[in-house]
Amino acid sequence: MMPRTMFDKIWDRHVILEREGNTLLHVDFHFCHDGSFNAFSKLAARGLPVRRPDRMVGTPDHYVPTTSRSIDDLASDDMKRVFRAFERNFASHGITHFPIGDPRQGIIHVVGPEQGLTQPGLVIVCGDSHTSTHGAVGAIAFGIGASEVAHVMATQALWQKRPRTMRITIDGDRPHGVTGKDAILAIIARIGAVGGTGYAIEYAGSLIRAFSMEERFTVCNMSIEAGARCGMIAPDATTFDWLKGRPFAPAGDQWDAALAFWKQVPGDPGATFDREERLDGAALAPMVTWGTSPEQAVAVTGAVPDPDAEEDDERRAALEAAVDYMGLAPGQAMGDVIVDRVFIGSCTNSRIEDLRAAATVVRGRRVRVSHAFVSPGSGLVKRQAEEEGLDRIFTEAGFEWRESACSMCVGMNGDIAQPGERTASTSNRNFRGRQGPGVRTHLASPATAAAAAVHGRFVDIRGL
Amino acid sequence: MKPFTTVSAVAAPLDMINVDTDQVIPARFLGRPVDERYPDYLFHDMRFDADGAERPDFVLNRTGFRDASLLVADRNFGCGSSREHAVTALVEAGFRAVIAPSFGDIFYANSLKNGFLPVRLPDEVCRRLRSMLHDGPGGEITIDLESQTVTAPDQTTWSFDIDPFQKRKVLQGIDDIDDTLGEIEAIRAFEREYDARMTWLTTRRTR
Repeated sequence: MMPRTMFDKIWDRHVILEREGNTLLHVDFHFCHDGSFNAFSKLAARGLPVRRPDRMVGTPDHYVPTTSRSIDDLASDDMKRVFRAFERNFASHGITHFPIGDPRQGIIHVVGPEQGLTQPGLVIVCGDSHTSTHGAVGAIAFGIGASEVAHVMATQALWQKRPRTMRITIDGDRPHGVTGKDAILAIIARIGAVGGTGYAIEYAGSLIRAFSMEERFTVCNMSIEAGARCGMIAPDATTFDWLKGRPFAPAGDQWDAALAFWKQVPGDPGATFDREERLDGAALAPMVTWGTSPEQAVAVTGAVPDPDAEEDDERRAALEAAVDYMGLAPGQAMGDVIVDRVFIGSCTNSRIEDLRAAATVVRGRRVRVSHAFVSPGSGLVKRQAEEEGLDRIFTEAGFEWRESACSMCVGMNGDIAQPGERTASTSNRNFRGRQGPGVRTHLASPATAAAAAVHGRFVDIRGL
Repeated sequence: MKPFTTVSAVAAPLDMINVDTDQVIPARFLGRPVDERYPDYLFHDMRFDADGAERPDFVLNRTGFRDASLLVADRNFGCGSSREHAVTALVEAGFRAVIAPSFGDIFYANSLKNGFLPVRLPDEVCRRLRSMLHDGPGGEITIDLESQTVTAPDQTTWSFDIDPFQKRKVLQGIDDIDDTLGEIEAIRAFEREYDARMTWLTTRRTR
């Protein structure tokens, strides 16, 4: 048999049938959040049950407040009604669910891995584009829309066309101050926001292997920002150690059986990809975005590009529009960019290691922006951070220490900034208005965002 | 699902790359019901200023493009969030299709599920179409799915690619869930064998 990539091996194991070049793919797990609240009514309208409640799990995150733990504090009466219906639906269908107030509640892409549900070799879907996160353990994980969510609930399967495969290799020792977030921002800057469209990406190389699980989640999380269907990293000892003992991870004899299977998940030696990209790990630096697309990222020591240097009219117009929206000057050094607010959180960077990295920078310093807060990725991350005393480091510096939700990554719970304000954010999208109308978002790692909070501007954390 | 066969309609040019689904419909509208206000949510922050007044520069606010039912966009249209509301907002505002060099993957899939046609044409063709529409506001484009052709206001015709399986579903308005449940025996047979091997997979067990 021809050597196969990890993606192809996992895909092949999930093929129920094929028709005209399309595959009916078995779905192992469907992760569900409150933004998918319509899915239950779509099923009810057809008189259909959830076909495999034993393969579905949910936690609310998109509309959840970060200032309280009560449904009564949701932004509108409509949302309160929706939430109560959502919780009733989980209960009546017998689906495992971590509601507001349960310490296991949190951002679905933090909770799935934390609970040990995100496992190697699986196909995982969720009605959220950042589902690519779960590929970090060596799974095919991708976001779907509401119609496909209803389809998965009704059938536990999905029609898919097999994407092409791309391997992105980063070899080299980790440079000081460089994290998974910096690596993925550099990758997107290199291949572009459409560079991954139509591809499943596998990240490989010695630097990727050296990344912690938290960093691997961050890297895979932003695969969608390069346009990719999904991102994945071959499971190894780091993955297995991380999974062991988690609540929904297999235990005892089941662990041994699962581990034997997981070791077969990586691609075969000699497997070929449709496309190969390489980055030099040693050349990576802390990154920050300057524009309105994640592809518009530079080293924190770099500068805003000059649109006049672009010869193509349409590309120049796009650069000019981004520079204008962001209120920056062509050629302006990123180190001269003054920040108003800092957000540390989101499915990209809200895990315990992210909070530790930010706290290390913040410790003993004072916030010099108008507002800064932390929203831990889950109730359990929050609890652990508090046990480690991280909450006090943040609050003593002037950060607010909040509850877990998607929060200012998407602004749906009311956590937004004011028009014209500039944020340093550990999230994944610097789109226009993403954090509120007229808000200017700069994406960065937790350490770089924390440094912006205590310096009032972007600084190179390597010099701290 | 409403089938898509052929449409001839006024088209509007959207000269922006990376029009993400947050631009198509900002997140603050996602919890709202689909009612008569929905068309106003489409491209809301590009169409209206903070006071709710129309931004005169935005293409859909300009003479000749107000009644557009087709869009000609630039690369990576519909990137970002998986929100199917983006397609709903386009459909509720009377749009039937969008032509672009490339699309966000999830937006593309969501479109087909709603009988809204995403048409991929090369960069230079999209550029030429947009330029033609700017030169002649109110110009009509015809999209014929059966023959997989796009005809410009100047009658130039281009062919586009679409997966034959997806094409048939959209042409006939086939409901995906009904179609898949027609294969329920194959699904069950697969799962019997699969579940017997992957015995540890469940969202129910906890220790």
